[in-house]
Parts: sequence; C-alpha cells; structure tokens
Amino acid sequence: MRFFDQAKYPFIEKRRATYMLSAIVIAVGMAFMIYNVFSIGSWQNYGVDFTGGSFIQVRFDQPTTAAQLRAALGGPDAPPITSFGDQNEFVIRAELTDEEVSVVADGVRRQLEAAFGTGVFEIVRQESVGPTIGAELQQKAALAMLFSFTLTLIYLAIRFEFRFGVAAVIATIHDILITLGFLAAFRMEIALPTVAAILTIVGYSLNDTIVVFDRVRENLLAKGGRRQDPSELVNRSINQTLPRTVLTSTTTLAVLLSLFFVGGAVIRDFTVVLILGVVIGTYSSIFVASPALLEIQARFGDSSQSADRKKRRRSATAA
Amino acid sequence: MIKSLRGRIALIVILVIFSLSSLYRNQLKLGLDLQGGMHIVLEVDDPEGTLSDEARSQMIDQVERIIRTRIDEFGVEEPLVQKVGRDRIIVELPGIEDEGRAKELIQQSAFLEFKLVRSVQDLEPALRRLDRQIVAALGEDSVRALGRAVEGPANDVLAELFGDGAVQGDSANADAEDQAAALAPFTSLLFDGDYEGTYLVAVQDVPAAKIFMALPQFQRALPRDIQLHWDWEVIGIAASTYRRLFVLEDDAFVTGDMLENAVAQRNPQFNRPEVTFQLNRVGGRRFADFTAQHVGDYIAIVLDGEVVSAPVVNDRIGANGVIEMGASSDIAEAADLALVLRAGALPVKLRIMEERTVGPSLGQDSIDSGKLAGIIGLLLVVVIMIGYYHVAGVLAVFALAVYVSLVLGGLSAFGATLTLPGIGGLILSIGMAVDANVLIFERIREELILGRATRTAVDEGFAHALSAIVDANITTLITAVILFQFGTGPVRGFAVTLSIGIIASFFSALYVTRTFFLIYLAGKKASDPISI
Repeated sequence: MRFFDQAKYPFIEKRRATYMLSAIVIAVGMAFMIYNVFSIGSWQNYGVDFTGGSFIQVRFDQPTTAAQLRAALGGPDAPPITSFGDQNEFVIRAELTDEEVSVVADGVRRQLEAAFGTGVFEIVRQESVGPTIGAELQQKAALAMLFSFTLTLIYLAIRFEFRFGVAAVIATIHDILITLGFLAAFRMEIALPTVAAILTIVGYSLNDTIVVFDRVRENLLAKGGRRQDPSELVNRSINQTLPRTVLTSTTTLAVLLSLFFVGGAVIRDFTVVLILGVVIGTYSSIFVASPALLEIQARFGDSSQSADRKKRRRSATAA
Repeated sequence: MIKSLRGRIALIVILVIFSLSSLYRNQLKLGLDLQGGMHIVLEVDDPEGTLSDEARSQMIDQVERIIRTRIDEFGVEEPLVQKVGRDRIIVELPGIEDEGRAKELIQQSAFLEFKLVRSVQDLEPALRRLDRQIVAALGEDSVRALGRAVEGPANDVLAELFGDGAVQGDSANADAEDQAAALAPFTSLLFDGDYEGTYLVAVQDVPAAKIFMALPQFQRALPRDIQLHWDWEVIGIAASTYRRLFVLEDDAFVTGDMLENAVAQRNPQFNRPEVTFQLNRVGGRRFADFTAQHVGDYIAIVLDGEVVSAPVVNDRIGANGVIEMGASSDIAEAADLALVLRAGALPVKLRIMEERTVGPSLGQDSIDSGKLAGIIGLLLVVVIMIGYYHVAGVLAVFALAVYVSLVLGGLSAFGATLTLPGIGGLILSIGMAVDANVLIFERIREELILGRATRTAVDEGFAHALSAIVDANITTLITAVILFQFGTGPVRGFAVTLSIGIIASFFSALYVTRTFFLIYLAGKKASDPISI
C-alpha cells in the first residue's frame, strides 16, 4: 500500500488560488483581532499569566448555577464567571486590587463559604499573577519568538541558502498569524501553555517545511538540477515528499485526536491549538513555503544564478 | 558509534535497561499542574526601593535558607525552594492540602522581640501633638472622611461602657475653646484599656488608626522611647469587638536571634496551646537581668510587630520562657509558631508575586486521562505504522518502544518534571520520531522502485533521509533551547521534554531502526524482497 505514489499534482500552478485562500483566512483573523480590541480592549483574550489577575476554578458537589455564584460574589459587581467543563464547575476571573496577589482569591473563597457553606465546593485550581510578572512573561514570550526566528534563519541560511531560510520564516509567520486569528475568533484564553502550543506549531511547521526543502536541495544539487525549470523542480519535490507528509500528519493527528477526546478538559484547549497547527503547518509547507521560495528566486534571483549571470555579463563585456 | 551488529544490540539493550531502571528508581516527577500542589513566587518587599541590589541579593540568599529550613521541618515531600533572578524565590509544594497554612509559614517574618510595657501616662502628653500632626498631614477634609466621628467628645456615650469613663479624648476636651483643636482624629478612637499600658480601639476603627499611625509625621511626634503595637487578637467586650493598642518601650531587650529552641505544647492547666522557648547564653543573661529589675512590670512578647502576650513579671526569669497563645488558637498554630521561631526570622518582608494552586482531585483527573490518551495515541501510531509498512512498520514500532523508554528514562534521570505543556513537547517529539522513520521508509521504497537491490536500497534510504532528519531536529532543538533560556515554569518544562525527546528520536530513528533493519536483513540475501 502506498498513498500518493508517483503523484503529480500541480501544486505550484495553483499557487494564486492558495495565496488568496491564505490571505482571506489571515484577513478574517485580523478582523477578529481588531474587533476584539474594540469589544474586550485587547487583541486576544489574554489570561492572568499575561495581564495579572486571579483565576479561580471552583467545583461544586451539588447542582449550582452561575447566577447563584454571581449573587454570592456581589451581584452586579461580581467578577466575570464562566462555566468550565462539567456542569457544576466554574471559573471566576478577578482583577487584583491589592499588591498582595493572594488577597483576592482568599476573599472569593470566604464569600463562597459564607454563601454556600464549607465543604460543598472545592477550589480545584487557583492562579494569581501579579501585574509585574504578567508584563515580564509577555516580554519574555516575545523575545523567545524573536530569537528562535533569528537563529532558525541563520541555521537554514548556512545549511541551505539564505532564501530557504526566508521562505521558511515566511511560512512560519503565516502559520502564527492564522493561529492567532483562530485564537482571537474563538476568544480562547492565551496562557503560558498556549505559548508553548504556538511554539510547538512553529516546530512542526518548520519540520515539515524542511523535509520539502531538503528534497528541493537534493534535486537542485543533482546532475543538471540548476538547469531545470525551478517551479517544475519545486513541484516535483513536493510530490515526491507527499506520501511522507500525509503519513506523518496522519499519525501526529491520531495522537492529538486521542488527547482531544480522552485527555480531559484541562488539556483540551491546548490540544485544539495543536491540531489546528498540524493542519496549517502541513498546508503551509506545500502551499506557502515552497511557492515563497520560487517568488524570492523570481524577484531576487538565487545566489548561484546571479553568480552565473554576473559571470555571463563579465564575459559579454570582455567580448 | 559501534558498528558491529552485536555491539549495536548490546548498546541499545544497555541504554534501555539504564533508562528503565532510572525510571523505576526516580519515578517520573509530575508538575504541579498535573499532580496538584502549590507554586508561589515571592519577592523582597521594598516599595520605596531603599535596598541596594547587593543587599537584596544577600537577603534573598538568607531568605532561601530560612524558608528551606521551615519547609523541611514542615514535612512536605519533594519541595522546591529556589532562588530566581536577583531577588525572587520560587517555592513549590506538591500535594499540599492546606495552602493558607503553608503560605503563612513561608511568608511570616517571625521576628520576635521582648519589650517592656510602658504606662499610658507616658504617652498622654504627646496625644494632642499626634492629633495636630495627623490633621496637618492629611488635611481636615480627608481626616473627616476617614473617621466616623473624629470630634473628641463624640465617644462619651460609648466610653460609659467602661465604668470609669475616662476617654482619652479628655485631653482634647481640655482645649475645647480652640475650635480647630476639637478635631481629634486619633485620640477620639482610643478607649481606656482593660490592661496595663493599653488602649482599646473598636475593630471598625482599626483601619483608620493604622492609616494615621503609618504617617511619618505621626511616628516623629511619638515620644522618642515609645512605640505603639497592636495586640494580635481581637477581643470582645460587651457585644463590641476591640483590638488592644499597647504602649511599649521602643527598644527590645531581647530578640528572636537569641533563641535557641522553641517547642509547642498544650498548657496542662488551661488546656491552651503554648510555645515554650529557650534562650541562648547571652539572651538568657539579659533576660534574667532585665526581669530582675522589673518585677511587677509587664513584658510584651512581640511577634512581627504584634503583641502575642504580655505577662507580668513575678520574679526574675532565666533562659526559659513561655509564649501563651490565645484561646482561639489551636495546637497546629502553636507548632507552626515554634517552627518558624526555630528556623529564624526572615531579614526582610516578602511579597507574593504569583501564586498557583491545583487541587489534588484535578491533578488526579489530569493524570488519569493523560495516561489513557497517551496509550490510545501510541496504539493508533502502532496500527498506522504496521498497517502501512508491514514488517518495516513492526521494526519502527520496536524502535518507538525504545524511544519511549529512553525519553521517560531521560526525563527521570535529569530530574525533569512532566507538565501539561511538557506533554505537548512529548507529542511533538513522538511525531518527529515517527516522521524520521517515515522519511527513511519512504526513501527505501523509492530506491526499491528505482530497481535497486534490497540491501542497497536500505543503505541509500538511510543515507538520503539523513540530511532532512538532521536539519529538522536541529531547528526544533534550537527552538527548545531558546525556550529553556527565556521560559519560566511550564514553558521550561515543555523545552526540557522537547529537547530530551528530540535527542532520543534522533538516536532511535538513525541508530535503533537501523539496527533492527540490520537484524531483519541479516538472514536474507542481498536481493531478497523485504516487506515495507
């Protein structure tokens, strides 16, 4: 059994259509981000990790509604309450009012005890992050992304050619933009694990892109590779690696789907982002990274060709 | 690496045994997000920024040592106390049940002082001055806004509750002709104490009184050798609740650093918890000298600025003493107090910057479902690989089994903790381990289609897949290392898991799968077909 054996799909030929698709998806995501700025005041639904604040997850033993909870926590002045996973489980997000981060969460606990009594609920998770820490985490996350981009670019420039690095980074940015758009559209909470999820996507997408590029490099270095039509060569490389691309994506998705369905509520958001990332990463290595490679070459020429051209020009003037 | 087939097999077997035994010995440490527990980040509290960087750094070293001692004595399994940056400390307590108590234990300064209780008469002459300073500092309007009734005489009705009715506002009354002076923001809050050297302040007035007392002008206006301290408990008198305000000698004659030992016990007579302590030689001599001079006086035992108890001196007291806890305390509180006194006082106040607690039930849920999901996921991979690659797939599955044992063994050997994001890292690296095998197998198939002999095809397949595998793994490793550098907590866990996973996947694909292929091919002729 072999999928896509000797496949000859015209991926590169169809690139205008896929550019449009990517552009539309990114634009929609951006629109959601801008909409979020106006409706919730920031691009994304940042969690307490980044904004500072208290996140309190409560599980009740008895049937309880969000309205009851809201009443217990000060009616109209109550902090935002959302239900989580199972029926009698809620998440309360409170802003910090004091310098001491635990004050708010302790206050919420006391209010709940006063309203419902002790022993009927359990605070299963409580996270309080001071605003200074939140700002630091945000800064660190941004720096980490920047550094990993730069070093990846340098590595690929050394191992391949500079344009391969640029194309890989373009594909990665494409993936991140779509993921951020998705997160904004569903207002999924951005927490530290979400950053890890985005970086996992970056890793996966790069991995996929590199496999295709590796084939491009090999075909280029093969006898007569430089003389071939570049877009034909890239298209052939994509088709040659297609069975591997599909199989790897399938197995990775299989693991992720099992995590999604049986992994529990805590990990579900995280898994959703990863599943999305695998799909986008696979798509982008075929439809974004490879065409980008050709576009860069068409505009700026690849290094060996420009050297050839210079040589030719020089011989022309000599003649 | 070892080339002979025997050597290869031996190396793999040794590594697997090593991994499994490390896993068996060290267990896999689970992060607090999976296991439940408490994670807090504390920082030196220095709002005015008066401490130099060096002082902060020195203090935090001391703090780290003291907190570690406290926690070790408290008895938590595998706690983590770690200094981060220049002036922060991370404390992680897995599986802790009573986080309030743990927090108290960590954050409490435990600065113990013994001070002489002075007479309220010593403060009396300064009261008018204190009031004037408060009004001058805050302005009349905000003083009025703060207190419920700041006029001196307003308290007369309440004061009658206390028999002698001598409200300290009396001194304000004496100057009644001065209209502006009638504003007595502080003294109007004071009632006569029930105890030598104390005033009473109604509980609802305590916040306002604290604001006044915190003013630098107030502190300057106090008599030089006198300091005011709150009682640490609330007392009830005739349906109202009050806190005592003690008038104490500013200088402590003995402090907690002269303590040698402290033990919690239950007072046999009153069945109340108490802490008995023993002073060292210097402290004991000072204590004995001082108490000999002050028989009949009261001595306040002040913990972190609050008076715990104020016994009368009946006789000269030597090196041993008792701190009586109030009626509302339990033996656990006494035990904690004894513990923090033994461990020593923190040199500086600490502020909690970040606090995360995960209840044990949530942790257990996550572990159970995570395990199940992991097993199902791996089974799916096994089915896909064997279904698609047949015997070669079986070889890949064996290589994957080696990979899993290497990763888990590696994680336990390095003492890494598995967190929620760590699971993400693990999935990515499993994906990459599978991917490496897929790359190789696809290449072998291609070579076979091109008509190469089996053995050549296998060799070529491995050779051609190498560059893609190396590049893909190294770029991911770059990301992992950067994340480790910049990340904190959970992201770091992700980076560690991913790094170990990548190295293991690299080894398993290129060395282990290769070895299994060599075993598979060993009995075949160069041109025999293989199942791939």
